[in-house]
Amino acid sequence: MATIELKDVRKVYAGGVEAIKGVSLDIEDGEMIVLVGPSGCGKSTLLRMVAGLESISSGEVTIAGKRVNDLEPAERDIAMVFQNYALYPHMTVRQNLAYGLKNRNTSKDEIDRRITEAARALEIEPFLERKPRQLSGGQRQRVAMGRAIVRKPAAFLFDEPLSNLDAKLRVQMRVEIRRLQRSLATTSIYVTHDQMEAMTLADRLVVLNAGRIEQVGTPIELYEKPATTFVATFIGSPSMNLMKLGNGSGWNIPAGAGLPPQAVTIGIRPEDLVIASGDMAGQLAAEVQVVAVELVGAESYVHATTADGSPIVFRVAGRSGIQIGEKMTLTADPSRFHLFDKDGKRTAA
Amino acid sequence: MQTVVFPNKILPYFLVAPQIILTVVFFFWPASQALYQSTMREDPFGLQSAFVGLANFSAIFADQNYLHSLQVTVVFSLATALLSMGVALLLATAADLVVRGKGFYRTMMIIPYAVAPAVAGMLWLFMFNPAMGTLAYLLRRNGIAWDPLLNGDQAMTLVVVAAAWKQISYNFLFFVAGLQAIPKSLLEAAAIDGARGMRRFWTIVFPLLAPTTFFLLVVNTVYAFFDTFGIIHAVTGGGPAKATETLVYKVYNDGFVNLNLGSSAAQSVVLMVIVIALTAFQFRFVERRVHYG
Repeated sequence: MATIELKDVRKVYAGGVEAIKGVSLDIEDGEMIVLVGPSGCGKSTLLRMVAGLESISSGEVTIAGKRVNDLEPAERDIAMVFQNYALYPHMTVRQNLAYGLKNRNTSKDEIDRRITEAARALEIEPFLERKPRQLSGGQRQRVAMGRAIVRKPAAFLFDEPLSNLDAKLRVQMRVEIRRLQRSLATTSIYVTHDQMEAMTLADRLVVLNAGRIEQVGTPIELYEKPATTFVATFIGSPSMNLMKLGNGSGWNIPAGAGLPPQAVTIGIRPEDLVIASGDMAGQLAAEVQVVAVELVGAESYVHATTADGSPIVFRVAGRSGIQIGEKMTLTADPSRFHLFDKDGKRTAA
Repeated sequence: MQTVVFPNKILPYFLVAPQIILTVVFFFWPASQALYQSTMREDPFGLQSAFVGLANFSAIFADQNYLHSLQVTVVFSLATALLSMGVALLLATAADLVVRGKGFYRTMMIIPYAVAPAVAGMLWLFMFNPAMGTLAYLLRRNGIAWDPLLNGDQAMTLVVVAAAWKQISYNFLFFVAGLQAIPKSLLEAAAIDGARGMRRFWTIVFPLLAPTTFFLLVVNTVYAFFDTFGIIHAVTGGGPAKATETLVYKVYNDGFVNLNLGSSAAQSVVLMVIVIALTAFQFRFVERRVHYG
């Protein structure tokens, strides 16, 4: 259990490419931090720098108050769960769990005790004498978790651990990881590109884009007050609709709407758009034509285009009966608007 | 499987004929001759031969020289296989550490494989010849009584080193490929688990190379048994006092030098049985070798 601090951490590769462009982050003891971003944003690199698998070009990483820049991965008191599990194929599950402890000269009794404990928590007791290749994906995932747990490290690092599982198992393991992390109260950094996974797991979310932090905050903060257009469109599914203000946007914006002058982009979440009934003259509204309807169960996502042809998505309940090609008028409550300036930064309404 | 039907009845036979002819002329015919000769005994002048059944076989297995040659072969093969695999593994792991000029390093490592066995043998013979070898001179100057022409153990060492040297390239290639096939994340997991240097090698890397190692052990044994005639012929000629006379060399010596065709043929039949056994062993275990994953 420990805090982790990143101070202006940078990663520059030999070719001169800067993968991480100065990241600073304080992670509290017992906190679950999720690094999320599109592929190539540097999230895995950042995690590997904390683990000690990538060198740190400049800046400082401290774990439990100790500078770890020049320490070997083994000396950093961390455990990592890899995307492909990285279980030792020639060892049984028990040997896999024991390996890290044996290397640290833990007594045999203590190793047995910890393995029993971890195996019970993860329900892998029946497989302890099997080899990894005899296990299913979900079971391997549990063993990989077990290998991290038995070490009782200061921090867990997860590198997209669920991306090789099928959708149903992924949801199940996600819940389990959260429960386990809570009960152990071990500081964790979790990397994923799946914003759903990020939202449900995180105490705090860190959105990375092109080697920089876009925003840090609780999932609900990021959802309700995205700091940039990047975060606005990255968090939430379907993504937030972004529309340029001004003539030809397809939106009729009445003069009295009170939008600040610096706002050039308006963002509206799909659930905040409603189909208008009656005359909308002089009110905020847009004429749209439906191009597709996706029924996902309890709700449907309607894809439409505005008068100028730009796409817009909104959410309606269940089977709406909306037909492709249908024309309708959409409106929204101005208090639900997200406004962004010309640099894509959030601006006050 | 798709069945292809040739409309022409003769063309298919015509197309496979070259392969069949080669196999018949260079394998079936000599093999059948060896089998035939192994049951015959020739008179001292080579004028006539008589059928003697399995007498040649019982004779060679009762012959101290033959059993000695068998022992020499086992020692030679094991020493060659272990030496060349050990050095190749060392060089392959070193190749992993090379940062600049990796391609050049690997290319240079593979060149010895292109050298013909007899030429390889001559190289080593020149270097270690007691009369004119540069390295032999250095050894003697450093107080080592180097004379492979008289000392059997030294002669054996020389042919083992020469034979192993030639095979290092081949083993190196397979070990490099084997090392590359080990997922990087496994080594990273081991690094986080606190396994360093030698410990990581022996607990993770070496066990994961086991399929490659097993395959190479069979290939190297076959090589040392059958493909080292040229080296032995060039370096020691089976001497001194038959100290380096392997089974293959003895077949040649008894048959073509001493002209004891019956015994030589019987010995080659025994070798044939060994080849068949090794091949079967390879197909049984190596072709379906353990795959991790």
